[in-house]
Amino acid sequence: MSKKLRAVIIGPGNIGTDLLMKAMRSDWIEPVWMAGIEESEGIKRARDFGMKVSTSGVEGMLDRVEEDNIQIAFDATSAYVHAENSRRLNQKGVMMIDLTPAAIGPYCIPPVNLAELLREGRRENVNMVTCGGQATIPIVRAVSRVQTVKYGEIVATVSSKSVGLGTRKNIDEFTRTTADAIEKIGGADKGKAIIIVNPAEPPLIMRDTIHCLTAETPDQTRITGSIHSMIAEVQRYVPGYTLKNGPVFDGNRVTVFMQVEGLGDFLPRYSGNLDIMTAAALRTAEMYAEALFKETLANGQSY
Amino acid sequence: MDFTDKKVTLHDMCLRDGMHPKRHRISLDEMIDVATGLDQAGIPLIEVTHGDGLGGASINYGFPAHSDAQYLGAVVPKMKNARISALLLPGIGTVEHLKMAADLGVSCIRVATHCTEADVSEQHIGLARQMGLDTVGFLMMAHMITAGELLEQALLMESYGANCIYCTDSAGYMLPHQVTERIGLLRARLKPQTELGFHGHHNLGLGVANSMAAVGAGANRIDGSAAGLGAGAGNTPLEIFAAVLARMGADTGVDIFELMAVAEEKIVPMMDELVRVDRDSLILGYAGVYSSFLLFAKRAGDKYGVASQEILLEMARRKAIGGQEDLIEDVAMEMAKA
Repeated sequence: MSKKLRAVIIGPGNIGTDLLMKAMRSDWIEPVWMAGIEESEGIKRARDFGMKVSTSGVEGMLDRVEEDNIQIAFDATSAYVHAENSRRLNQKGVMMIDLTPAAIGPYCIPPVNLAELLREGRRENVNMVTCGGQATIPIVRAVSRVQTVKYGEIVATVSSKSVGLGTRKNIDEFTRTTADAIEKIGGADKGKAIIIVNPAEPPLIMRDTIHCLTAETPDQTRITGSIHSMIAEVQRYVPGYTLKNGPVFDGNRVTVFMQVEGLGDFLPRYSGNLDIMTAAALRTAEMYAEALFKETLANGQSY
Repeated sequence: MDFTDKKVTLHDMCLRDGMHPKRHRISLDEMIDVATGLDQAGIPLIEVTHGDGLGGASINYGFPAHSDAQYLGAVVPKMKNARISALLLPGIGTVEHLKMAADLGVSCIRVATHCTEADVSEQHIGLARQMGLDTVGFLMMAHMITAGELLEQALLMESYGANCIYCTDSAGYMLPHQVTERIGLLRARLKPQTELGFHGHHNLGLGVANSMAAVGAGANRIDGSAAGLGAGAGNTPLEIFAAVLARMGADTGVDIFELMAVAEEKIVPMMDELVRVDRDSLILGYAGVYSSFLLFAKRAGDKYGVASQEILLEMARRKAIGGQEDLIEDVAMEMAKA
């Protein structure tokens, strides 16, 4: 593939930088712009990586979208400014991948519903839910695609160092959004999410416990098979997504213990919670690019 | 120590922390019976919720016999003088739970975080204060950090609007001089009008002694449970502490004989097993493990054929904090493999 889809990353913080480092290795995505709101360490890093940079936000690169053929944007800023960023870039035909909690577009958990979103042509804005959602909803879905899940509950334990100020100021947003996505994307009738922030040193690697209550007696063989194949799907973009124990079957309870270790691109390996967000966002962009190029070939257009 | 005429507010925990040894299955009738008894004994504050606070109903912590709303709705209207409090752990409960509790007549909200993570409580403390509630910041597992570090976190909670800060010995690990040091520093550095509280567990048999140390260093709210009904070896047995305070001349407004009657006649008969310092709960206090892990470790130990005290020691080695009940089964499975 000689052509890649060209991208802007908004937000040169830890998440944006980690995403940039992953995107630079991509066969499908070519990061071109990094947009920040001021001169910063992150902007300097992006410049060193050869990016074009804006220090006046999306505003500072909007009139270059056509010229630079930017077709995809990643927003790693905050929910407060996301809607405006998305509106402006959508107007220019750029697809927005939202890593903030704004969730103005549909939730996207790549191995669960990305193909469906692309089929439906939902290409203006997709939201990456939460770190806990990315790490656990594939497992809830792995159970619910076998049989009815009356209730899905997840416990995400993350290291204190990996939880930023924005999340801390509105931790309810995590709880609420994750629970909602457990229902809407995970397929559980009812969802609940719990987050524990642990300050231990050295920092603990993200761990996630997923509990499902099935309506009928769980079909152990099929559920176990479904979970293993789902884990393999997630491992395609997060190699450190590891089954620690389970599935445990106890009456109608199915419990799975996962660990999520990051790739250690820019963020430390223990912060698998952040890595799985950037990896899932990039995976989303890549699948979008793949779909787009296939369409283009089918239509005989040149890019 | 002279506590003559010192005012101390006793806060009963048996209908919240006591939910742990009851596996969150206290009946509505029992709730009402105990709460009215405590009210009659002059206990000014009584906590009612799932053991893990508002929204604690879960596979992870246990499903309660009734919802928080049902418990609060049953108890609050029956109170003549006592106020009802509710616990809220950000990450488990949300502001929606807080509003629900306030609507049901709860007048005191206690927002609990791990001792190093006070900044996850800003939205809940801020809202509770804005709603005019008695707003408490509750710093759990306070033995894990120094007095100076605890002060930094307490200052954050105070800045969000908490009118009372608790040093919470969730593991029952602290020794009296460590309580004195922490409460003493908080008293010296927080605003004079900010109240201070201490929440103890009796895992080393020090609930009463630690609570005395806390009052001596400037705390004026003390948590305990009638007959000690609470996680681990229980909370500071409230009737004992009330009797000690009476001997020392402190003013609690509590009728200690009525309180003894509640403990003896209502709480002890409710216990599924005697809440006491046994080997496992002593391990909690000795190694500094979150008290509500106790029954989870016993159950996982039985299921996977691993000694429960070994599971608890491993939880201490892994520096597990409050809320990590899910790690217990995982650890037991790891140990069973080894």
